[in-house]
Amino acid sequence: MKYLDEYRDGEVAKKIVADIHRITTKPWVLMEVCGGQTHSIVKHGIDHLLPESIDLVHGPGCPVCVTPLEMIDKAHAIARQPDVIFCSFGDMLRVPGSDGDLFTIKSLGGDVRVVYSPIDCLKIARANPDKKIVFFAIGFETTAPANAMLAWQAREQGLKNVALLVSHVLVPPAMAAILGSPYNRVQGFLGPGHVCAIMGYREYEPLSARFKVPIVITGFEPLDILQGTLMTIRQLEEGRAAVENEYSRILDREGNVPARKLVDQVFEIADRKWRGIGNIPESGYILREEFRDYDAEKLFDVMEIDTRESGACISGEILRGIKKPHDCPAFGTACTPQRPLGATMVSAEGACAAYYSYGRHLKQEKSRQGDLVAIGGAA
Amino acid sequence: MSGPAAEDSAAAPELQALGSCALPIFDHKQIVLGHGSGGKLTAELIDKIFLAAFSNPTLDKLDDQAVLTVNGSRLAFTTDSFVVTPIFFPGGDIGRLAVNGTVNDLAMSGATPLYLSAAFILEEGLAVDDLRRVVESMRAAALEAGVQFVTGDTKVVDRGKGDQIFITTTGLGVVPEGVNISADRARPGDKIILSGYIGDHGMAIMSQRENLEFESTIASDCASLHGLVAAMLDTPGQTSQDFLHCLRDPTRGGVATTLNEIAKRANVGMQIEEDAIPVRDSVKGACEVLGLDALYVANEGKLVAIVAPESADAVLRQMRAHPLGADAAMLGEVVAQHPGMVLMKTGVGGTRVLDVMFGEQLPRIC
Repeated sequence: MKYLDEYRDGEVAKKIVADIHRITTKPWVLMEVCGGQTHSIVKHGIDHLLPESIDLVHGPGCPVCVTPLEMIDKAHAIARQPDVIFCSFGDMLRVPGSDGDLFTIKSLGGDVRVVYSPIDCLKIARANPDKKIVFFAIGFETTAPANAMLAWQAREQGLKNVALLVSHVLVPPAMAAILGSPYNRVQGFLGPGHVCAIMGYREYEPLSARFKVPIVITGFEPLDILQGTLMTIRQLEEGRAAVENEYSRILDREGNVPARKLVDQVFEIADRKWRGIGNIPESGYILREEFRDYDAEKLFDVMEIDTRESGACISGEILRGIKKPHDCPAFGTACTPQRPLGATMVSAEGACAAYYSYGRHLKQEKSRQGDLVAIGGAA
Repeated sequence: MSGPAAEDSAAAPELQALGSCALPIFDHKQIVLGHGSGGKLTAELIDKIFLAAFSNPTLDKLDDQAVLTVNGSRLAFTTDSFVVTPIFFPGGDIGRLAVNGTVNDLAMSGATPLYLSAAFILEEGLAVDDLRRVVESMRAAALEAGVQFVTGDTKVVDRGKGDQIFITTTGLGVVPEGVNISADRARPGDKIILSGYIGDHGMAIMSQRENLEFESTIASDCASLHGLVAAMLDTPGQTSQDFLHCLRDPTRGGVATTLNEIAKRANVGMQIEEDAIPVRDSVKGACEVLGLDALYVANEGKLVAIVAPESADAVLRQMRAHPLGADAAMLGEVVAQHPGMVLMKTGVGGTRVLDVMFGEQLPRIC
């Protein structure tokens, strides 16, 4: 299939894997920033194909994972209101708050709807003038333009019954926080392809220079991941540290300029709390003063909700690349996607959930290498 | 912290050891949509509520149908309810689905389907023309499948208390002598065969529901499979009909869920190859757009067969000669290792677990 199968071609994959094995002479720790990349790596078994000396650690780029519990509780408090239609991206519905998830609220009579685009909320608002339509505007820079467009269009169209519950975070401050930590292990990054499709990769250049790390902006298909890994290892082996672009079929250095402009007009940068990590200065977006009439946090008086997280879960260390899911004693036993204990297990893109769904055979496999190699027998 | 979280900690000591956490919900106090998804939540509901009350050796097999011996005859007996929005979709409608779904549940035991019942729950305001269209479609599907409706029931509920039309069909069939098909009969070495392209039905419904327009319309694969099963049982060169160990139609939850159910039921592992799984380009593209995985998407005219290794090639040839099995493929085999777990070799050469779906399949953010 065009634009899909080409990037999943087993023969091409073999060649790139062989190149990676050929040029790797030392152990290296690489972090893929995005949850979508983590998902792809584990879903396609890519980590399994790399040399043992290459350690892929999983980054903070899962929007569902890093949305703070208190924000989820705020969402639930709003969704329970009788005159509200609460709209969300699909995978937020199953994220548990302190008391149930959005599915539970829906089953109790709350009007909770999955939308594919925030813009769908405008149509819902026009069709339901006596209801307040609240959109859960979460995500990284990738979803920011569409979310900004909702606020912009609502104002343009004079719709008074639309509001956004904003929990937007930014990638570069999180990478700086990881690199600046005394516990940092990460030596090179597979940079966030979709984020850079909006933002370009200009702002990654000072990061790469300051911390002397290679950053290769990488896509999400298996061959993208393998090619990005090859490019990062090549830089490390050659002693270079630059920003390179593996995802050039989608993006360039400037990104999507009109989208960036819209984001700037609607949002401003502010401090943000990250689930599992804590507060990071200037790491997110809030609505600008002129859009505050659309701010659900103010409209619904939920500012006081402040939920404390469990200190037991190691998701903070996983999101910073210090530990892996298998390092957690609760992984797969006390903590599963059905009963998540923390951030990285709640979303399908979270490292723990991805390991659980696709990779929980790996632990047992380590102890009996080769057993699974002969998977053949199929036609 | 309050509610389910606190109760959960009390119930599970391992959680307490990790500190009380605000997150987990385990036992639902209300039914959520995921309980009807065919995934883990459905299994939990069946286990904790229905099996707890009704348990008996026949039910406990958890096959798609019960096979009962009555006066020396083996009868296959099954029931299924149909709720679908929209009620008309490319490739079928709720009426055709209600006939084929129940016929297929009978066919998965190797039975010859004979009689059906139909119970209708109609919502006040439903257009009689729509009902007539659905019933006509049921008549045609029953004729094709060689079954007769021999009893039925009708109820009407207030507007808003139903979704146009719900149909429950119950089916009765006869299992031929020498046929012994059940999920617990999968054994190491057996081959896993799939009868054709996956995900067509689910994506046909989904693209109608989301008003998605693709270059080519995706049509449901809705079909009665008993003819294909009969052809498989007639595979030439076999000394008995014992080579067909297990059959399932991968409806809700898709092929991934069906394979897991068989693996758990028979306490065996499975290894399959991603590249061997037939998926249409249109379905693959639609899944990609919606952030879904075709392996978890519903089918209404496909079956998974677990076949003795020495007969597998002949069965596959026989299936390919039948119109409903023309695109049949060998996916892999049953193994003794990792019992209850299905592993898949991916297109790029990696290996991963093919898990059961938890609840509803949800589109990802980005």
